Amino acid sequence: MAAPISKGQTIENLIEIKGARHAYQTASGPLPVLDGLDVSVPSGTFAAVVGPSGCGKSTLTKLVAGLMKPDEGEVWLHGERVTGPRKTVGMAFQNPVLLEWRTILDNVILPLEIVAPKMPKADRIARAMQLLEMVGLIGFENKRPSELSGGMRQRASLCRSIVHKPEVLILDEPFGALDAFTREDLWQTMRDLRAAEPFTAVLITHDLRESVFLGDQVIVLSGRPARTQYVMDVDLPADRTLDVLFTPLAAEMLHILRDQIKIAQGRAEKVDA
Amino acid sequence: MVRKIATPVLAILIFLVLWELLVWANDWPNYKMASPSDLPPAFWKYKELFFVMGWQTLWRTVVGLLLAVVVGTLIGMIIGFSKIARDALYPLLVGFNAIPKATLVPVISLIFIGQHDFNTILMAFMISFFPIAVSVGIGLSTLEPEYRDILRALGASRFTIFRKIALPKTLPEFFGALKVSATLAFIGTNLVEIVSPHGRGLGALFKSGETNGDYPLMFAVLIALAVLGILLYYAVIFLERTFAGWADREGS
Repeated sequence: MAAPISKGQTIENLIEIKGARHAYQTASGPLPVLDGLDVSVPSGTFAAVVGPSGCGKSTLTKLVAGLMKPDEGEVWLHGERVTGPRKTVGMAFQNPVLLEWRTILDNVILPLEIVAPKMPKADRIARAMQLLEMVGLIGFENKRPSELSGGMRQRASLCRSIVHKPEVLILDEPFGALDAFTREDLWQTMRDLRAAEPFTAVLITHDLRESVFLGDQVIVLSGRPARTQYVMDVDLPADRTLDVLFTPLAAEMLHILRDQIKIAQGRAEKVDA
Repeated sequence: MVRKIATPVLAILIFLVLWELLVWANDWPNYKMASPSDLPPAFWKYKELFFVMGWQTLWRTVVGLLLAVVVGTLIGMIIGFSKIARDALYPLLVGFNAIPKATLVPVISLIFIGQHDFNTILMAFMISFFPIAVSVGIGLSTLEPEYRDILRALGASRFTIFRKIALPKTLPEFFGALKVSATLAFIGTNLVEIVSPHGRGLGALFKSGETNGDYPLMFAVLIALAVLGILLYYAVIFLERTFAGWADREGS
């Protein structure tokens, strides 16, 4: 692990986190959150990260986004060491954080104003409308966020996260606050967006079914301080439908993941009745 | 629309009738309490003075308030963005705000002797900047980190984040404070106008009413001040609707 990593080794993995360790400084001393985190996400794939509450999953997103640096270990994006924020990242959170004073269209355009300040306005609008159409928000582009339902706001937030065609999409529980039906709708929206727009994604989630439906791999983190406990490859077709979740193969994967989560929670020895 | 205007007008009329009845029922002389029917003659008698003095009060109040907006916003930005500055400045600000401003009138009129306009504006400013500073500060310091992260992850500068997100997001709080500050600024202006000798503005007119035993004039000045206060308040409401109308969920 300590050996220097050459560029050639990392280029096939768009996202590469090696042996990340990190502790937050709190009033009652250092609080370790990451302790030996290894994540490799090949270009164009979708990594779902699951783990117990408060295990440091959001810290992982901050590392990938370049919003913070680990105390130890390395974060690489596209063969380059991450040292700070970069324009090739898109983010969406559980809270859609749309700007209330902007219309839905102007909210989606926001990243373009930062990343491509010289892009003509008509092109920006065309790009945003293209995405809004994909997620079914045509007719709502001139509404304010407060006029939309929670699911629609989250759709708009997803559009904003990919409007500038980021290489890396970071999704921090974007469907966590939605009801079950809306959530499943959004999974399918996410799948369709992926088919239309190539990006490499890291999805933080608490929902194992979501991780299997959307992920090409599922990474289980241990309880705090988090290390990579288990990695599962999801061998399901890219154009999977919700029905796939009811197949024996998916059931088996969910079972394994559930056992892994129990281990991560330190409750493996307790037997469910 | 008719109801929107008719309701408050009716309320004012009822208020005036009750006032008139109160004075009439107690048979108070007008040096004890003037009644609404005493006011029109008082306004008519001094109508030119009311315009001249009213204008002086108004422009000095507005200049003081603008100063409070600029300085208050700057202080709010400093305490909103820097925790050290917040810890350092809060006790000073609260302490300064707790000082009754009437006690400062002799102080500033000694420091800036004879500068009547300047003193009045200064007082209007000092009494009204505090709510603006605090609300802008709170608005900025309570900005959810996700809002910042969306733009920070794209490498946006602190200034860009402030301009695109923090500033517009703080506007509703800012206008809430501005409504309070607008009325406070009038108090500041009048304080100086009444207390300082040979003052100008409506406060001085009030003082001359007192000196000459013209009690209806004193009440007329109070009414004129209330009218100016209402005007400025609704000017702020108009600005709020224009720049932060998005925060009004009912209207949209």
